[in-house]
Formats: sequence, C-alpha cells, structure tokens
Amino acid sequence: MGIIIDKNTRAIVQGITGTQGTFHAKLMLEYGTKIVAGTSPGKGGTHVHGIPVYDTVEEAQEKHSANASIIFVPAPFAADAAFEAMENGITTIVIITEHIPIKDAISVMARAKQLNTTVIGPNTPGIITPEQCKLGIMPSHIFKSGNVGMISRSGTLTYEIAAGLTKNGIGQSTCLGLGGDPITGLNFIDALKMFEKDASTQAIILIGEIGGNLEELAAQYIAKEKYPKPVVAFIAGRSAPPGKRMGHAGAIVMGKVGTAESKIQALTEAGVKVADKPSDIARILMHG
Amino acid sequence: MKLFEYEAKNLLTNHGIPTPKGELATTPTQAQKAAEKLKPPYAIKAQVLVAGRGKAGGILFANSTEEAKKAAEKILNMQIKGIPVKSVWIEEKINIKKELYFGITTDRFSQSYVAVASASGGMDIEEVAEKHPEKIVKTTINPLYGLHPFQARQIARKIGYSSNQLSELGRIFEKLYTLGMQYDSELIEMNPIVETADGNFMAADARIIIDDNSLFRHQEYKKRLLEGNSELSQQELEAMKSGLAYVKLNGNIGVVGNGAGLVMATLDTIQYYGGKPANFLDVGGGAASETIAAALKIVLSDPDVKTLFINILGGITRCDEVAHGILEAKAKVGIAKPIVIRLVGTNEQEGKRILTEAGIHVLESMEEAAQKAVQTSKQGGN
Repeated sequence: MGIIIDKNTRAIVQGITGTQGTFHAKLMLEYGTKIVAGTSPGKGGTHVHGIPVYDTVEEAQEKHSANASIIFVPAPFAADAAFEAMENGITTIVIITEHIPIKDAISVMARAKQLNTTVIGPNTPGIITPEQCKLGIMPSHIFKSGNVGMISRSGTLTYEIAAGLTKNGIGQSTCLGLGGDPITGLNFIDALKMFEKDASTQAIILIGEIGGNLEELAAQYIAKEKYPKPVVAFIAGRSAPPGKRMGHAGAIVMGKVGTAESKIQALTEAGVKVADKPSDIARILMHG
Repeated sequence: MKLFEYEAKNLLTNHGIPTPKGELATTPTQAQKAAEKLKPPYAIKAQVLVAGRGKAGGILFANSTEEAKKAAEKILNMQIKGIPVKSVWIEEKINIKKELYFGITTDRFSQSYVAVASASGGMDIEEVAEKHPEKIVKTTINPLYGLHPFQARQIARKIGYSSNQLSELGRIFEKLYTLGMQYDSELIEMNPIVETADGNFMAADARIIIDDNSLFRHQEYKKRLLEGNSELSQQELEAMKSGLAYVKLNGNIGVVGNGAGLVMATLDTIQYYGGKPANFLDVGGGAASETIAAALKIVLSDPDVKTLFINILGGITRCDEVAHGILEAKAKVGIAKPIVIRLVGTNEQEGKRILTEAGIHVLESMEEAAQKAVQTSKQGGN
C-alpha cells in the first residue's frame, strides 16, 4: 500500500546519462525500484547500470510501457522533458530538477491537468514508499515501512523528521516531497485526499514552510471535511524576515501573506497539532 | 531580479503602453538637460530597488529646469534604506484624476498566473487588499490560452469603466500580460495606472520582477545582476556566484546548513532557545568541500558573528566532504570564533573521525547543538 507508487510501479529515468541521473538510477535500482528504461537524446542504444537508454520517451514506451518517470534533465530543458513524458502516456512524473523557470512550470501543470497526469515537484527530493519503491534522491536508510504518511515542501527537513521517526520505531507508508518552488504539481490537499483513502496510513505529517497559502488552504480543508485521520504539522521559517527569500524560491513572505504565524494559527484552529521543533513530531505521535 | 523603474517604464513604452515622457540622469546637470527636453512641471524620482522611496523623500517635484537640477542633486546625495541613489528618472508630471491598480503574478493553488486589478490603486494597495478584499478583482489566466481580450475588458468593467475607456484599458491590460510573459515576470504591475484629467490612461509607475530561474533567457539583465548593480548585498552576490543561498539577519550566531527547510528550522530552533541567528546560508545538495569552505568564509566575514553553527544532515551531501571543507576553511581563513557542529547522515563516521582528529567536537542532535550554540553566543561578551 502507500500512495502513488508501489512495488508494481514501472519507471523510466529521463536524463539518465547525466551525473545525477546515473548516480540516482543506481541507488533506485538497489532499493528495488523497477527502472525499466532511461532516456537521453543522442545516447540511444547505450546502457547505464544495465538499463537500456533511448533517444526518445516514445521509443522507450513502445518497448517497455512504463507508467512513471523521474526527471533529472537540466532546468532549461526540463519542461520539454515533462511534456515528452505526459504526451507519451506516462501518468506519474517526478521532477527532481531545480531552478526551472516559473513560466515553464505553469505550462507543464496546465497540460498535466488536461491529461490528468500526476506531477510531483519540481525541485523535490521525490517520493518513497519505504521498502517498496523509491522515485527520488532521498537517503533510503532513514526510512522504514509503517503507517505514517508524510507530505513536505522541504527535502532535508523531511530527512530530519523521517530519521527521527524511524529512530523511535515509527515507520512510514509514503513520504512525498511536494517541492520547494512557488508552482508545483501536487499540493497538500491533493496528498491529504490520497492518504485518506490509503488503508495503510493511520496518521499524516504535514511539513510546510513560509510563503504562499497552501498550508492555510490545507487547514481549511481539514476543518471543513472533518478529516478523519490525525494530522501533525511542522512549519519552518518562524524567524524569517519579510521580503527575503529563504533559499527555496517559494519561501518568501510578501506583505502579510505566507507567514509562519498565519499557517500555524490556521492549522491549530483546524485541530492539527503543530510541533515547535522537528524532534517534537515523534513525541506528539507517540504521546499525543 | 527586480528591474529599476526606468527599465520597466522603457519596456512598457516599447510595448505600446502609455507612460509619462521621461529620461534618466546620473548627475544634476544631466537632469537639467533632460528637463529641457520635457514639459514642466516635472517629477524627479530616485532609481532604487527598495520599496518605500516615496515616504523616504525619494520623489520630488519641480516647476523649472533649475528646480529640477536642485531636486536631482538632493536625491542623488541621498541614501534610501542604506542604499546610495545612483540615478534619477525625470518625467513630466501627469494630471491625475484617478489612481488604479493592475498587475499580474503567480498563484500557487491554481498553478497559473492571476491578474489583479483595483479601482483603488496607489501607495496603499496592500492595505486595500487586506481591509477591503471586495475592492480587488482577481482573474485566473489559463497559460495555454493567455489573457483573453474579453477577460481584459471584463476586468476594466469591474473597476468601473465602460465604452471607449473600457476598450482602451482592456488593450493596456493585454499588452502588459504579453510583456510580462516575454520577460518571465513573477510580478509585473502598474501601480498606479492613472486615469488622467482628459480621460486617458497612463502607467505612472511600473514594477517588474524577473524570475531568477529564467535569467538564462535574459542575458542583458543577468549581466547587470552579476556586475553588482542589483538589490543584492556584496555577501549575497558572492554567495550567488558560489551557488549558495545567503540572507543576512540581525543576530550573532552564524549558520551554515544544507537544504532551505532544514536551515530555516535551524534558525527557528536557535530562536526557540533564546538565541539570534546572524544569517541564513544554504549550501544546497551534494556540496563539495570547496563549497563548504566558501560558505564558511562568507559567514565568517560578517563581523556580527560570534559563534558559528554548522548543521548538516547528509543525504546526497557527504559528511566527509563537509569535514574536509571545514578543515580547508580553517587552514585558509582561520576560524578564530567558537564553532558548534552537528553532522549526521551519509558517511557520518568518516566525517566525525576527520573532525575529532583535528580536535573539533561533533554533536548528533540538532536541539542539543542549537542549545550549545546559543549558550556559546552568550558567553564572552554580547
């Protein structure tokens, strides 16, 4: 169980011959992910760690019928790679690439909506259903299979919290990185809906940060729908000054929108327990 | 990346959006010469990238070319929020009947662009948005089709116009959208766009922020950014050139970490234990030892830093690379200040061994390390 990916997921790696693509294709294979093909225009006919490489997604699909793709293509070409995947029948796309122009991301999302394609990222560590499938770049040894779902806008902070859970014997159903950019595919509400239907998930951790209003909208959704599973949250950026981008392109407080206070207040009012520090999350899950 | 007002206005003019006639000047004499080509009265406006220049006295008016020269001199000797004014924009003062707002920005939830308009434009637009949200008209734009002309006309109607004025305003909105897309703007706005006494429309002020990630498509602006003529401080620019994200804050604990979220959480934890972070610095994923050394150098160059706190959770970043970077920085720039290190994750044992052998103590928990950093920052004078 888990959401979006599992042991039956068949994935291709776009940009498999680049440094990151090659490195992480190996780690994903070792984790047990079914990587059926890779693509890299101009490198068709070669192999990477025994994985066949094609010039186009079209050809890879004719021979392997994958349903997922993970993209490591450099930012100026990443949107084209995403279009190539969805126009060739891939239904789940994970975009690892960071620094993709917002305009490109917006057109990718618009087409994905028309085709009903699930897009994760860009600028995401990816997604992992522990001990089944990993489409991402996260260090796999800090995750273990279990009943807690994680949804996060931040990579290393997810690792910090997942490592804390695992250390305390709390396993995870699926950990999903939404991505640190202002425009991403899946948002908190989309993921909450998926976790609600997943029988293996008993509680959800929501890791947000300053910028935008997606956490506030998630809080409204939780309150309005009387969300049936317990949700624990952490919001990074309480000490961030307005007008300064804190690393992630999406992490910026403009005017009064997007502050940590506003998010924490909205979540608390919706009945979500908000942790003061990352390490408090495991404690809240164990002792309430 | 923020554009100067004169850059934004020149772009608007070139795209057929009416703006007041004006010229740029870097000296009072140049300002006077510019004024000679324009019709009085004049507005003289400081060209700075920080907000709030009007309230800081960075906009003056003049009735003669002589007055314009004096006003320019005054502004060119000014600092606005610590930034020296290097140039002024002199333009013909317009006869304003009404101030409106029109801008285009991105919307996370709908994953698209949104046009925002209001009949109450001007300096207090943010207050209007907060206190009277009903006075703000929002229109979602489907990026596959762009802003439809009919949408632009509907916006004009909703902010109170009809007939010829509605058509004219609609055409201006369409042009602004086209311009915004051409320059990968994450924000493009006319605040205010004014209705003049004779019933025409003109963008009295314009702001464009180009998406930093798209600068590879806008080399002319990238060049200006890298030359240091931008909103970035020297340290922020150095950091950008080394591929690091750096933000100066007002405390005394220098922070270096990997991953924006983790670094933000580190700052929060320092504050939770009563300390004050001096900066945000994210070395990114997979940082090599040279990157770590460059990061330490930037943070240590800040005289406010009393204690250095390094918080690394290695995923694709390897702890042994980090350890080598710390030793490299120590050898090259010297680390005279107390240092607290939390280092866990990929190749943790090797990283710890390298540092321990060099006499540097390594901690495992972020909370414990934050507490220690706060404690250290309060010792030895503060």
